[in-house]
Amino acid sequence: MSKDSLTVEIWRGREEGRFDTFEVPRMASQTVLDIVTYVQRNLDPGLSYRFACRVGVCGSCAMTVNGKPRWTCRTHVDKVADEGTLRIQPLKNMPVIRDLAVDMTEFFEKWTKAKAHFVPTTTRHDDFAQVSPSDPKRKEATAGIECINCGVCYSACDTVAWLGDYLGPAALNRAWTLHNDVRDGGQSDRIKAIAGTGGCQACHSHQSCFELCPKHLNPTASIAGLKRATAKAALKGEI
Amino acid sequence: MKTHRNHANYWAFVLHRISGLALLLFLPAHFYVLALAVEQAATLDMFLSWTEAPLVKLLETGLVILLAAHMTGGLRILAIEFLAWRNWQKSVVAITGGLSLAAGLLFFLNAG
Repeated sequence: MSKDSLTVEIWRGREEGRFDTFEVPRMASQTVLDIVTYVQRNLDPGLSYRFACRVGVCGSCAMTVNGKPRWTCRTHVDKVADEGTLRIQPLKNMPVIRDLAVDMTEFFEKWTKAKAHFVPTTTRHDDFAQVSPSDPKRKEATAGIECINCGVCYSACDTVAWLGDYLGPAALNRAWTLHNDVRDGGQSDRIKAIAGTGGCQACHSHQSCFELCPKHLNPTASIAGLKRATAKAALKGEI
Repeated sequence: MKTHRNHANYWAFVLHRISGLALLLFLPAHFYVLALAVEQAATLDMFLSWTEAPLVKLLETGLVILLAAHMTGGLRILAIEFLAWRNWQKSVVAITGGLSLAAGLLFFLNAG
């Protein structure tokens, strides 16, 4: 490897596969997604990967970079290629479709299982809800709302790896934001959905989700909130 | 280390799990020795004189550190799960580690 180029190992195949090695020219402010795109456009058109916006909004380009899940479009090579090499793999805890593209079906199905969707209580004919930004519950919701569904937390979570039906940090974080949404009408069903096997109580508080969330959200804090909420609901006999 | 696990809170989890398993192995031996007091007092006396050996004191210090680490680690988890969230989680890990080592040191300095 010279200063002008970077040695990149990229996973090829599905669950079984191999690493292919490429030499990629270095450029200023180069991102990991730039590297993958260069390989696909110039060295190996058969490389499969997923991206859309390139600017950290859509959450589709997450991959495992040198052992850690990251959003590749906003991960600068300078920050992660500390030994002059890059090893790029698909996200963990999701089936590999091919190369760097993973099947996120189960990840999103768990959002549905967690009932992590808004349940309206009013119609378009009603007036707007008045929610103060300084309301404590609203502050909790706001803290977790900017999730881009990239799957980095899910990939970094050992509990997901150990316990297949664990709902995972992203779905539970969304459930927590809705738990704190005074406009939502799905509270009772949601608390039941996230209290059972594979629910919030399964979290070991490793906090890898918090360490690696590219949006600097804290799913562990959200899940801790859900643990308290489910404990309260159990004491009241609601679940 | 290139893994998603290399951060303070994950190491705190590993320490809590390892100390728990180590104490699980220790407890049957502990209860066996306690049981000697009832039926085999002479054997117990022999055992207690053996525990005065410096190497055993050192091992006991390790045991005290494991016990303190498991207890402070458990309190840390209870705080996460039942108290309002605090953002200084890594400081909590450092405090639990410091308290555990301090407990071991206190035991060791009084062991003579």
